[in-house]
Amino acid sequence: MLRSLGHSAPEGLFAHLPPESRLNRPLDIPDGISEYEIIDYFKARAAEGAVDYASFLGAGSYRHFRPVVVDSLVTRGEFLTSYTPYQAEISQGVLTAIFEFQTMVAQLTGMDVANASMYDGSTATPEAAMMAMRITRRDKLLVAGSLHPEYNEVLDTYLKHLEAPRQQVKYDRESGQLDLADLESQLDDQTAALIVQSPNFFGIIEQIDEIAERVHRHGALLIVMFTESVAMGIVKPPTAADIVAGELQSFAHPPSFGGPSCGVLAAKGKFIRQMPGRLAGETVDADGRRAFCLTLSTREQYIRRAKATSNICTNQALVALMGTIYMTVFGKAGLRELAEQNIAKARYLESVLRDKGAKLEFTGPYFNEFVVRPMQGAAADVNKRALAKNVVGGFELSGPLEGAMLVCATEMNRREEMDRFAEAF
Amino acid sequence: MIKKVRPHQTQNEPLIFERSSPGKFGYQLPELDVPVVDPQTALGAANVRTEIPHFPEVSEVDVIRHYTRLSTWNYAIDLGLYPLGSCTMKYNPRVNEFVARLDGIAWAHPYQPQQLAQGALRIQHDLEMYLAEITGMDAVTLQPAAGAHGELTGILMIRAYLEAQGDARKTVLIPDSAHGTNPATAAMAGYEVKEIPSNARGLIDFAALEAAVDDSTAALMMTNPNTVGIFEEDIAKVAELLHSRGAQLYMDGANMNALVGWARPGDFGVDVMHLNLHKTFSTPHGGGGPGAGPVAVKEHLTPHLPLPRVVKDGETYTAITQAAGSIGRVRAFYGNFGVLVRALAYTLAHGGNGLKNATLDAVLNANYIRKGIEDLYHLPYESPAMHEVVFSDQRQTKQGIKTGDIAKRLIDYGFHPYTVSFPLIVHGALMIEPTETESRQELDLFIDAMRSIAAEAEADPELVRGAPHSTRTSRVNETQAARNPIVKWEPPASQ
Repeated sequence: MLRSLGHSAPEGLFAHLPPESRLNRPLDIPDGISEYEIIDYFKARAAEGAVDYASFLGAGSYRHFRPVVVDSLVTRGEFLTSYTPYQAEISQGVLTAIFEFQTMVAQLTGMDVANASMYDGSTATPEAAMMAMRITRRDKLLVAGSLHPEYNEVLDTYLKHLEAPRQQVKYDRESGQLDLADLESQLDDQTAALIVQSPNFFGIIEQIDEIAERVHRHGALLIVMFTESVAMGIVKPPTAADIVAGELQSFAHPPSFGGPSCGVLAAKGKFIRQMPGRLAGETVDADGRRAFCLTLSTREQYIRRAKATSNICTNQALVALMGTIYMTVFGKAGLRELAEQNIAKARYLESVLRDKGAKLEFTGPYFNEFVVRPMQGAAADVNKRALAKNVVGGFELSGPLEGAMLVCATEMNRREEMDRFAEAF
Repeated sequence: MIKKVRPHQTQNEPLIFERSSPGKFGYQLPELDVPVVDPQTALGAANVRTEIPHFPEVSEVDVIRHYTRLSTWNYAIDLGLYPLGSCTMKYNPRVNEFVARLDGIAWAHPYQPQQLAQGALRIQHDLEMYLAEITGMDAVTLQPAAGAHGELTGILMIRAYLEAQGDARKTVLIPDSAHGTNPATAAMAGYEVKEIPSNARGLIDFAALEAAVDDSTAALMMTNPNTVGIFEEDIAKVAELLHSRGAQLYMDGANMNALVGWARPGDFGVDVMHLNLHKTFSTPHGGGGPGAGPVAVKEHLTPHLPLPRVVKDGETYTAITQAAGSIGRVRAFYGNFGVLVRALAYTLAHGGNGLKNATLDAVLNANYIRKGIEDLYHLPYESPAMHEVVFSDQRQTKQGIKTGDIAKRLIDYGFHPYTVSFPLIVHGALMIEPTETESRQELDLFIDAMRSIAAEAEADPELVRGAPHSTRTSRVNETQAARNPIVKWEPPASQ
């Protein structure tokens, strides 16, 4: 092949590169290794982790059972190794699946429309905020103090150069829910939106309707964010919200040290043209048969460039497909039963920790996570004792909640594990 | 003549909602080993939803058949050449999938104690070191979730760096051949975009750039090799010009597959760049994601790297979560960690020499295609091609055939189309990138198909204009989809 191109040596193909731009030595990277050795390397890394430990960590990344069929299907090469479906005629498989994903996310969240996915919940949140700023043409944002702290940091990174005023709304120290009086006092005619997480970082379900009524009275939008999608199987959807941003990792993706996961963005139908990200839409082919294609792309960077609603291009399509299959497998009855099991497991954990004298920090209704304070010593001491019993304990909190921890119980935590964890209290 | 494919049957399949029947289910949960709790009591009646309306109710076999049937309606790299320019559709090694699913990796929780996360932290550290060596840069962050996210991270770092010097400046310069993400990113980071024209050779117009750079210029974002597949030979001069005015050079690394092992951006003056691990480093595109967009920087930008930072001290790896000067977090946790695992597996498999050979094969394949069809398709730029080659439909438009028609006809020949109508500086562009994955046999079939379509465009233009003819879905009406957006399934009125 080289000779057919008139080159006698491979270097000929790179001869036009300016000499000062060329690398004149081999890369300082060891020689390639075989498949067997690669597996060995990663098995060694895996063994340095918390294998065979029970875990009560949640805090935005959750452990849920993954039905085997999910991987059987998403590892099919036609899904795994296809590109973004710009060529609709040979991408109907992924386009149909995206359309189903959008439908299920809308059904789940009580919104009219959902996009094809965002990177994750933490980046979907600032995208939702910017969307609200475009819609309202206002720039002040209110952020619940019970938002996931890392999400708050991401919001900061995305927005600080916009010089948009951002204010925190307190949570009620007793219930753990948003302080409605504080919200009321901060809302004004410059407020673009309130961002509130539900269940919030402390696992507590917010009073969405009461919040929405106050926010809307000031012409602002309500953005509801969630990190634990399993809650959506039983918790009333935030239909009073204008935009819902969230994280679908719980639906079929293991924690994977925090990523990849699957951000979602859903909204009221009238806001569709201000949404970021890809959308699949229904249409027909030349023979009048139902078909799907990516649509409303004049919102997107590859058409609108500097005036696009976002710079997002690559999203989390394969993880969204995992979520789609997961929602299909569990279905209407399964998601509810799954959520009920999570509620039951968390209540059992609460009871055995209370038996050891630990106290819940908040009185508000929680789903599968709650903040608990040990009777004696701090969370860190408990976690240390738990580790000795092959248990990874809860997430240690700081600030006013110093000494307490956020614990999570899912359908994967066996009764015996919870009893073992309780012994560390 | 169509040599690569012949039609076979595909199954019809409704939407999952249309397959659903009340009471059917495909899940299994174990019996609860703790007391049952009434959700209304636990959450309060007002917080409990009645049901998820119209959610699927199907069996496990239904699920398998449904998604398997859907999958057969897709083209994929596993089926053959996927010559999308700038997208780098290369083979996705399966060992990468295997190792990403090992228990200690897939089930690692981002908040598990760091002494029990040494493996996950080391994976990131090892990959950072390799990427720094490949790019010739001083430090790397693996946090960004995709290329565009990497761009935003990089531009925010430039902003932080300039701000620290007293002035964030106002403008980002972007060549007219750039990916749409570049201007969209600059706007998101609060900069005005000024477009720099390309010259007759498809390269950045240096004189125009010189005239545009001033004290308000924060950075130039450029892709190298550029989107026409040509190495920007003035790159060192461009860097010098920017630096002399206190501006930064950002490189979009989407086309890094043309350089690995042969040239390093850090050596030709780039200050900050991103890589697309789902392109150059073989992680699967998965129908549109997930990707990962690590950002590599020179020393002077390292204080502004996002958090967390993984550092090695002796044999211990630690994630630092606070650093003065950092732009902060760009994503929760540790980026798209599972994608990083796959990219490291790819790097380990190739080694330094293997990576260099892969680049060679990618450039060789692109030039082989160029040579194979350049007598039939108009080549707007004569400059030597690297990993991709851009033609235009100038000759075929005489018969009323556009790049989009040729692309759709390629489908009948068993190939995924090339990138259509991009870059914007080439009217009616055909942007072709074969990658190193392809054998000579596959390339010859592609060349043969392109030659055959060129002949059809002369002899039977209607045949090309009406393509594709052999797919289960004929040409899709995108206009109708946009005019009347239907973006979710609605139950029939009778329900």
